[in-house]
Amino acid sequence: MMFYLQLFFEFFKTGLFAVGGGMATLPFLHDMAERTGWFTAAQLTDMVAVSESTPGPIGVNMASYVGFTTAGIPGAVLATLGLITPSIIVILVIAAFLRSFRENRYVNGAFYGLRPASTAMVASAGITVAAVSLFHPEMTGLAAVDWKAVALAAVLLVLTRWVKPTKKLHPIVFILASAVIGVVFKF
Amino acid sequence: MKTGTLCGAEGSDGLKELWMLFITFAKVGVMTFGGGYAMLPILQREVVEKKGWVSDEELTDYFAVGQCTPGIIAVNTATFVGQKQKGIAGGIVATLGVVFPSLIIITLLAKGIGRLSHLAWVQHAFAGIRACVCVLILNAVIKLGKGAIKDRWGVAIFLVILALSIGTTLSPVLLVLGAAAAGILLHTLRGEKS
Repeated sequence: MMFYLQLFFEFFKTGLFAVGGGMATLPFLHDMAERTGWFTAAQLTDMVAVSESTPGPIGVNMASYVGFTTAGIPGAVLATLGLITPSIIVILVIAAFLRSFRENRYVNGAFYGLRPASTAMVASAGITVAAVSLFHPEMTGLAAVDWKAVALAAVLLVLTRWVKPTKKLHPIVFILASAVIGVVFKF
Repeated sequence: MKTGTLCGAEGSDGLKELWMLFITFAKVGVMTFGGGYAMLPILQREVVEKKGWVSDEELTDYFAVGQCTPGIIAVNTATFVGQKQKGIAGGIVATLGVVFPSLIIITLLAKGIGRLSHLAWVQHAFAGIRACVCVLILNAVIKLGKGAIKDRWGVAIFLVILALSIGTTLSPVLLVLGAAAAGILLHTLRGEKS
């Protein structure tokens, strides 16, 4: 019983202090591995690879995986619940706050600055993905361009923006098609 | 307490709405490949276009707040949308929905999963998916930008934050706080002029 409480609490702390995307949880998981010995640093590296290659937010996948490795199904559930509990509480409080101050000019002003900033951060995340998926980072010049990936991205760009019949397709259609193309053409 | 709906206090309609939140976010969770940002195009389709629960602009706001609050952005966004639809119970149910598929998939695959990510064809598939995800994120950014960037100052903030975010290791928390401060300042100055 104590063990389960500790598992929940460890992930609660991670959820509380890791700010930003799922990868922000990584330093906390390293620390957890060292202190508790529940899993090794090598296992953690595998877990990152797995979390990136299964559907779902990476942080949640990591929590489920670490929890399962440590204590089976109850462990997976408790670790995941631990991770998300702080954000649920914090966001519910902020949402209530924003609702009461919707007409406040400072809140409005803040969002006037936040919206372009938020868009910029999503753009920057997109550029990071593009850098690792369209280029071989270990090479320079034209050799660094992954032509297969660039060709696929170019075709997808045309299909999702300018071709009427395909423009309205669900994004998951393009994702699954790209997975198949990746396998067939050995990306 | 709005959590009363959890016990069915508002009748079957309330429960049905909570169920819709759960199912919709579980769908979003299944279709998210490659991290929280890859979730954005899926959210736009499922939650903005299909369900009309929130606008693109609100989604931008949630991502902004999610950048500087504890926890991962996917979870924060689910809580926000759920809360707006159905109060505290909605926030909790939507969040449970978005993590549910991960729990199931990881638990089912856990035994052989270490080897899975090393398989050549899995790596090829994900290389293809990543190429697709950057196009989808670009489209999402264009859609968000239309609502989020209203004038020259908006363009300026966008460019400055983009440059800082790519070129420096500054914490996103600082970028968000700086942008909020700039927004308040510009808003106040303009308010005084008119």
